[in-house]
Amino acid sequence: MKYLGLLWAGLFRRRTRTVLTLASIAIAFLLFALLRSIIDGFLGGVQLVGADRLIVSPRYSIVDPLPLSYQQRIKAAPGVVDATMANWFGGKYQDPRNFFPKHPVDPRAYFNMYSELIIAPEQLEAFANTRSGTVVPRSLAERFGWKIGDRIPIEADIWPKPGGDRLWEFDVVGIYDGPPDEAPPDTMLINFAYFDEAREFAKGTAGWFIVRVADPNAAGDVARSIDALFANSANETRTSTEAEFQAAFLKQVGDIGLIMSGILGAVFFTILLLTGNTMAQAFRERIPEVAVLKTLGFSNLSVLGLMLGEAILLSLVAALIGMGIAVLMAPGIAKAIGNILPNFSIAPQTLLGGVGLAVLLGFVTGIFPALQGMRLTIVEALRRN
Amino acid sequence: MSESLVRVEKVCKSYTRGKEKIEVLRDLSMNVPRGDFLALMGPSGSGKTTLLNLLGGLDHPTTGSITIGDERIDSLSERDLARWRAGHVGFVFQFYNLLPVLSAQRNVELPLLLTKLSSRARAEHAATALEIVGLRDRARHKPNELSGGQQQRVAIARALVSDPMLLVCDEPTGDLDRTTADEILHLLQLLNREHGKTIIMVTHDPKAAEFARHVVHLDKGVLVESLT
Repeated sequence: MKYLGLLWAGLFRRRTRTVLTLASIAIAFLLFALLRSIIDGFLGGVQLVGADRLIVSPRYSIVDPLPLSYQQRIKAAPGVVDATMANWFGGKYQDPRNFFPKHPVDPRAYFNMYSELIIAPEQLEAFANTRSGTVVPRSLAERFGWKIGDRIPIEADIWPKPGGDRLWEFDVVGIYDGPPDEAPPDTMLINFAYFDEAREFAKGTAGWFIVRVADPNAAGDVARSIDALFANSANETRTSTEAEFQAAFLKQVGDIGLIMSGILGAVFFTILLLTGNTMAQAFRERIPEVAVLKTLGFSNLSVLGLMLGEAILLSLVAALIGMGIAVLMAPGIAKAIGNILPNFSIAPQTLLGGVGLAVLLGFVTGIFPALQGMRLTIVEALRRN
Repeated sequence: MSESLVRVEKVCKSYTRGKEKIEVLRDLSMNVPRGDFLALMGPSGSGKTTLLNLLGGLDHPTTGSITIGDERIDSLSERDLARWRAGHVGFVFQFYNLLPVLSAQRNVELPLLLTKLSSRARAEHAATALEIVGLRDRARHKPNELSGGQQQRVAIARALVSDPMLLVCDEPTGDLDRTTADEILHLLQLLNREHGKTIIMVTHDPKAAEFARHVVHLDKGVLVESLT
């Protein structure tokens, strides 16, 4: 700690340069915290996944639905405890920006399958017994001010009714919650029987089946045996874990993780070059000072430590500023993109990762000047002075 | 003052520049008594600064031995030599070589960072050193807020603060006007006479050398004359 003052003073030798470098690194870490949180937000939807559940989806395309009759055959497959269906509804509520998933499901079977979801029994009964019923997650109810008894109009984009009518109306009969320690659910659930009866086409099909397996360790075997059931049929299947299924779904709009990581990689590579150049320049200016420190008795290793410490301190301070700004911005961003990314937040592990990255950045940019400082001979350096 | 603090025996120092070997010091022997104030004079390239660097433990001789107090410093490793310098020698340079980002007080405290002294004790020692050089009221000033003479006084305080047995000064008045130079030389004289510091000073300036107890002349790497 006694060297901290020396390190801190060293940082501000050239105040303007240091402030500009700090700002550059801070912006990089601001982007890091936000983009990393967006990636986590996308993957956060996967957190509901239970290791004992599998998804049976069309092998080639999600728009190629599977016959409902598959459900009984899947249920009968070895290692399968239960199976139910679900479908993608799409549609918009008032404005296209009000995006949230809407899935037609079999009410009792769905809540039996996702037993971690919490709903009052009487509301579940009402859902099962009301053809136009819907249950909504609390996050959506709070966001749109919905309450039980409300009628929610949804304009269909995929599923018109016979005659081309695109207006669907659903009655809110229940509000459900997710487990308290997981990301809140965001899916509006619709009664599948009503949906299947009222849609214009593709009746008697489902988008995918959800399967509970008896032994999660044997899930791979179960998946293979289910796919084997429908091999060489007109509707072949691909059975995967829920995580794989959701990731594949998201990838239809592009590999979010890869895109974000690419942006971050480019940003940090630029910052690495910029900061590395700054540190090298700072070292050249400080050769006489390094010589003085050594003259006073600072060992080569002390000089190495001081110079490396200064680079790491610069990087850390900038990272903390950048990530601090990101934390302050997060609530506003979460509100703005809540319809696309309801799980957006900056997790502590993102900040910890940022601190680790800052130390690494400081080390990489500081190690070469620090090694030069360590190897500098006093007599040579004083002669240059 | 008869006991030798510095004993130099048959020291040679040579550098290789390209394929050329340059002998800077040749078979040089000398003793400096404890409590002496010695001026090293000689023309440029005579080896004065090289000898001073060897005596201060900044460099190793090619051959020969250098003993300061009871320590053979020519055989110490880089690490041990750094430790030895921190405890036994104070340096004063022509261009002061203060760290521009630190106040006078913090510059003086620098050598004490290598000790186990508490922050408070370091501050007290630095204040005392600044008091000795007459700059206690300038403790919070940065080097660029001080005159050349004041900066050199801060450098002297920094050299003194760890209470070394030996002060080595390389042209300490080379960058100062006559009046200021005399003030600095008086200060060095005071440190020698009142505080018993052994001082070895390289200078081109015969007037500066007059402040020393002894003067030795170097030419082409050998001692040619010694005056008291």
